[in-house]
Amino acid sequence: MGIFEAILLTVITAATPLVLAAIGELVTERSGVLNLGVEGMMVMGAACAFIATQQTGSSYVGILAGIASGALFSLLFGFLTLTLVANQVATGLALTILGLGVSGMIGEAYVGQSGIKLPQIVFPFLSDIPFLGALLFKQDLIFYLSIALVAGVHWFLFRSRAGLKLRAVGDSHSSAHALGINVIRTRYLAVMFGGACAGLAGAQLSLVYTPQWAENMSAGRGWIALALVVFASWRPWRIVAGGYLFGAVSISQLYAQAFGIGIPSQFLSALPYLATIVVLILISHNRRTTLINTPAALGKSFVPDR
Amino acid sequence: MRIELERRPDVSKLFSILSPFIALGLTIFFGGIMFMLLGKDPVSALYSFFIEPLMEVWSLHELAIKAAPLILIAVGLSVCYRSNNWNIGAEGQFIMGAISGSILPVVFYEWHSPLVLPLMMVLGMLGGALFAGIPAFLKAHLNTNEILTSLMLVYVAQLFLDWLVRGPWRNPGGMNFPETRTFDASAILPEMIASGRAHWGFGFAIIAAILIWFMMRYTLKGFEITVLGQSERAGRFAGFSSRKMIWFSMLLSGALAGLAGIAEVSGAIQQLRPVISPGYGFTAIIVAFLGRLNPLGIVVAGLVLALTYLGGEAVQVSLQISDKPIRVFQGLLLFFVLSCDTLIHYKIRMMWYDLTKTTGEGAR
Repeated sequence: MGIFEAILLTVITAATPLVLAAIGELVTERSGVLNLGVEGMMVMGAACAFIATQQTGSSYVGILAGIASGALFSLLFGFLTLTLVANQVATGLALTILGLGVSGMIGEAYVGQSGIKLPQIVFPFLSDIPFLGALLFKQDLIFYLSIALVAGVHWFLFRSRAGLKLRAVGDSHSSAHALGINVIRTRYLAVMFGGACAGLAGAQLSLVYTPQWAENMSAGRGWIALALVVFASWRPWRIVAGGYLFGAVSISQLYAQAFGIGIPSQFLSALPYLATIVVLILISHNRRTTLINTPAALGKSFVPDR
Repeated sequence: MRIELERRPDVSKLFSILSPFIALGLTIFFGGIMFMLLGKDPVSALYSFFIEPLMEVWSLHELAIKAAPLILIAVGLSVCYRSNNWNIGAEGQFIMGAISGSILPVVFYEWHSPLVLPLMMVLGMLGGALFAGIPAFLKAHLNTNEILTSLMLVYVAQLFLDWLVRGPWRNPGGMNFPETRTFDASAILPEMIASGRAHWGFGFAIIAAILIWFMMRYTLKGFEITVLGQSERAGRFAGFSSRKMIWFSMLLSGALAGLAGIAEVSGAIQQLRPVISPGYGFTAIIVAFLGRLNPLGIVVAGLVLALTYLGGEAVQVSLQISDKPIRVFQGLLLFFVLSCDTLIHYKIRMMWYDLTKTTGEGAR
């Protein structure tokens, strides 16, 4: 395996959690709900996945625990913003603060333990394809899931009836309600899907990216995922492009540090965050295109009148 | 079971006052359950968390020290949030304020003058305001989401501080520790009263809270903030500019966060270190909401949240548990505050049976 392939492999590993968290948040936002708690759900997923793996010895149980914890945690957000119509921005922040706190508490006993790395699933024959084989067909389950989820979400949103309803809810909840669509139920499901994806992204961090638990190990990735959704103008496949771009940026700073380029490491570490800002500027400086792409009811609460 | 909301004809005065207290009560109740799950006696844990720090003079001073940055930042944030500008990067503005205020005592350390301290405070405010000016500019002129940009800049500020104290600003006589030289006596914020450590940062916080309270209540600017926050369209008809409001609210909250930063460094730490804040900028968001975005309420809320920091330290010692429950407490508190606020605008009705089952889905 050449150095180029090795670099690309690390890019894929760094990009997968971003893609996963962003595709979940995309569905949530398409239903008109802005959940800023991605970082909290992600770090909860990471903690629960690691703990479950250490307890049972099976990283697949860990993955399930990550997904379940993310989904359950997002229910808290759903209850506040959908049932009690609390402010979505503030509730999302609360979810992040609580997630960082709870995960730090339950994971404390596991700090420093070495975990089990999620095994690779090797596709026979396909993995023998030169270059591409090692990159695409000798990966772990979560990578395959991330690609399948993007394809699935694309199909769901633009090819299925339920997806059409979900987009209707996100663009005008009153019209959707008048058409007999259950707005609150749709949004609950979308929020839980977002939570499950963020939890899976967290599981990837503590089972694949660095198979161990450390406090705050999501390190702002949840926020980058939120920016990715804007970058992708709420379209699934663009999430993959954006995610891999960000993965490449965060990996390039690691290599730059390793090769001892004369720039202080802190400046290189700031690159992904600065890149996020630059990308956001490029995407949103045109008011009109932003307006067209953004789900029209994003961030607005809905109280059905009876 | 279903929960239904019914909009109240008027805002409930009763619940406007009660809701933060209900939230606090619920937090303490669930906090007790949390301590039980950790295998500790909940009563004694809650006692050392919330009561013990209030029993000694020195710990009351510590309370004031911790409340000062929280109140200063939260008062600024309340103006932002009321005008619908979501600055969540106060932590970064706090750090940049601390850095720019420290230029004098770290770089020009040989200059001793009574002017040093006031200049430091002004520089701190400038640093915080300029740093908040970045998301303000991006939102006002390039239409970029201020939530994400202000948050990303927190990481940038933390890394910048880390670089400074390990690199160019490292104390030449400090055994290679990552910290700056300690400030000269003329650069240290004096204590407020003789009985303990609490410095003038707390005084600044109270003054800022009163000034902003006055502005919000009695001036046109305050009215402009409220109108633009509730309806940008209505504000436009009144001739208010939402673009100017973005600049105003962000620069104001940045300046206050910067002042909090330099006051903390100059009064409590007296040098720069890689980490100078236990998350004050984020906790201040909770303070702002617990104080119902009212500057005077924020003073009380700031003291309550400062108590969670102190109580967290106290239980670490008395019960041998980690500092992690602090964050959980703070997160729970914000959750309960937000859910209790629903009571102000809505009546909540529990529906124990499902109407749609008897009347059919079509009837709705």
